[in-house]
Amino acid sequence: MTPRSLLSFVRWYVREITGEAEYDRYLERHRAHSPTPPLSRREYERLRIDRRDADPGARCC
Amino acid sequence: MSRIGPGGAKARPKSVLVWTAVAVVGAVAWGVLALSRGEKISAIWLVAAALGSYAIAYRFYSRFIARRVLGVDDRRATPAERLDNGVDFHPTDRRVLLGHHFAAIAGAGPLVGPVLAAQMGYLPGTIWIIVGVILAGAVQDMVTLFFSMRRDGKSLGQMVREEMGPVGGAAALLAVFSIMIILLGVLALVVVNALASSPWGTFSIAMTIPIALFMGLYLRVLRPGRVMEATVIGVALLLLAIAGGGWIEGSPLAGAFTLSPQTLVVCLVVYGFFASVLPVWLLLAPRDYLSTFMKVGTIGLLAVGVLVAAPHLRNEAITSFALDGNGPVFAGSLFPFVFITIACGALSGFHALIASGTTPKMIQKESQVRLIGYGAMLMESFVAIMALIAASALEPGLYYAMNAPAGLLGTTAESAAAAVGKLGFVITPEDLRAAAAAVEEQTVIARAGGAPTLAVGISEILSGIFGGTGFKAFWYHFAIMFEALFILTTVDAGTRVGRFMLQDTLGNIWKPIGRVSWKPGLWGTSALVVLAWGYFLYAGVSDPLGGINQLFPLFGIANQLLAAIALTLCTTLLIKSGKLRWAWVTAIPLLWDAAVTLTASWQKVFHDDPKIGFFAQRAKYADALAAGKVLPPAKNLDQMHTVVVNSTIDGVLAAMFALLVLLVIGNALVVCVRAVRAREPLPTAEAPYVESRIVAPSGLFSTAVERRAPAYAGAAEGTGTGAAAGRDGEEAQAP
Repeated sequence: MTPRSLLSFVRWYVREITGEAEYDRYLERHRAHSPTPPLSRREYERLRIDRRDADPGARCC
Repeated sequence: MSRIGPGGAKARPKSVLVWTAVAVVGAVAWGVLALSRGEKISAIWLVAAALGSYAIAYRFYSRFIARRVLGVDDRRATPAERLDNGVDFHPTDRRVLLGHHFAAIAGAGPLVGPVLAAQMGYLPGTIWIIVGVILAGAVQDMVTLFFSMRRDGKSLGQMVREEMGPVGGAAALLAVFSIMIILLGVLALVVVNALASSPWGTFSIAMTIPIALFMGLYLRVLRPGRVMEATVIGVALLLLAIAGGGWIEGSPLAGAFTLSPQTLVVCLVVYGFFASVLPVWLLLAPRDYLSTFMKVGTIGLLAVGVLVAAPHLRNEAITSFALDGNGPVFAGSLFPFVFITIACGALSGFHALIASGTTPKMIQKESQVRLIGYGAMLMESFVAIMALIAASALEPGLYYAMNAPAGLLGTTAESAAAAVGKLGFVITPEDLRAAAAAVEEQTVIARAGGAPTLAVGISEILSGIFGGTGFKAFWYHFAIMFEALFILTTVDAGTRVGRFMLQDTLGNIWKPIGRVSWKPGLWGTSALVVLAWGYFLYAGVSDPLGGINQLFPLFGIANQLLAAIALTLCTTLLIKSGKLRWAWVTAIPLLWDAAVTLTASWQKVFHDDPKIGFFAQRAKYADALAAGKVLPPAKNLDQMHTVVVNSTIDGVLAAMFALLVLLVIGNALVVCVRAVRAREPLPTAEAPYVESRIVAPSGLFSTAVERRAPAYAGAAEGTGTGAAAGRDGEEAQAP
């Protein structure tokens, strides 16, 4: 494992775990399934976080 | 394809050699722990015994469970693949999901429980944390995760109702709700005990609210979705707030942040209410980012600290309190109370709520339940071992001066030193004052709850490595802050989850309450939930007998009874799916857990020693009250009244929890007998088989065989198609 590949792994991991990569995934998915223009980042993130209003996700002791 | 796994089918000489070495290291460490008597041993032996045992258990036992007992099948599509909607169902890289799952299960529990259990010596706690996680805790998490995954991510309560029947289902639901209330009350009590009359701590925790609001607005308005940026800014502000607390303490503002426990209770209840009704983006979500970051960072820091500093354990291996049951921190003898107190680090029923629900909807391949279910719980157990080390490295005199109830210790350094001397440990009043001065607190006496003790332990360990003695106060408040931060996150999320459960249940009686968007219903149910846990919190701070002393056993019993419900469900499902001969895998931990917990409940309800039995305690104080007498540690008739009311409620709750769990177990027995007698397997709610089209590694590292598969998804973004195989992180994946 070179330092560079380690760095790119860390970057990939952090983007995944914080959910930053989700918008890219949404774009890819949207392009594949629908011809309509996709939501902007702002609109998408708003929807994404508002979903947690109904499902905050349990945190354990 | 379930045969794909580390090591392949045949044992290679190199692998045999490595695993033999691991086994030898573990065995030697256990030997040192068992044979050392009297001399002070290094914490490294505890770490070696734990890691060696975890490695062997993960490599062999969890593989046996995955393959033989559960029969994980990687040809079968998981719900994440079948129902992929990019929202709650989507196949997620196993390493990412491991991180999410670990962050969700790890919290204050494994840090607090072992600290309190150190009263019995380090050995009983160590043995139970390691043996318990291997045979019970990790098994429960993994098996629950598997069964929920096979049922499209159904929750524990839903599975009990569908697989056992409405009676068990209703009992389980009521148990989950009431257990959650106790959990929130006790966790909040830990925070109150840590912050009471500490302007430094109170200021830094109070600052987390504006910091979270700022992050929320940043993510909503300024830079949507840039979680990393917001978190980095938030953490920097948080560190400033901790440093600023030291300045506040010496400034005229100190008075405004020096709060009594009662005032803190009001603050927490009001805060909990707002956290539950405000939109998630404003407070809960940003706080969650902060707390997750701090959690993972601090646990990592602590692991480095323990390994580098390798402190010597000053605690005894087994104290006399373990045998005669009259310990000052909590009453009762080793069996059953050490198991009740440690709870989270070894076996935690709450994990069943996480392992059913969110995580199973995101798992890529069935075989990954081993890494995510079993593996994450081993990590949590290791956190508990580190907490035990931090507490056991303290001078025992200081430990008891911090953890015995205030009623016993009095308020001055002299009275506390005398009381600790009576317990058989030595500490001078000067030592106690010096200990408080070193962490810049007004006092360290009677700071029960585990958090302050752990913070002193952590500050000893970390200041030895980073910054020296001058940094002790910083590290102490850093540790307090991080514990309080994620306890408050649990309180936020727990209040909200409790509110949903209440809305859901009451919605069956009167429709509008069930509607999530109907404001009066939302406010009303939120208020009910915060008042419910707020009551226990208030009872905890005002109880002359000491809230932790009274309530922590109840919390432990509740958690372990929830584990009994989860293990009952797992055993029933194994039997229903025709695997009677493997049912012992969950039945043995269930029997042990039921024996421990029901004994503890029985003792808390019926024991005739007023220190242990709630009703004996009630009778003692009620009789004295009727005669107009005041019994210490109560100081007046009002306090006598408080004791009587509290012990009645606690006793009724302990009895109710046990009865609910017995109801669920009884219901399960009926179902199991029916399943064993039936010629054909009973119908289960398992989702039908669909062929999987993705290939992903089972373990933490991918094997050569897995990487060669044409549909390999590797570290792809988890779109589930496998088409974008191996981008980004993939090349970093050295085996």
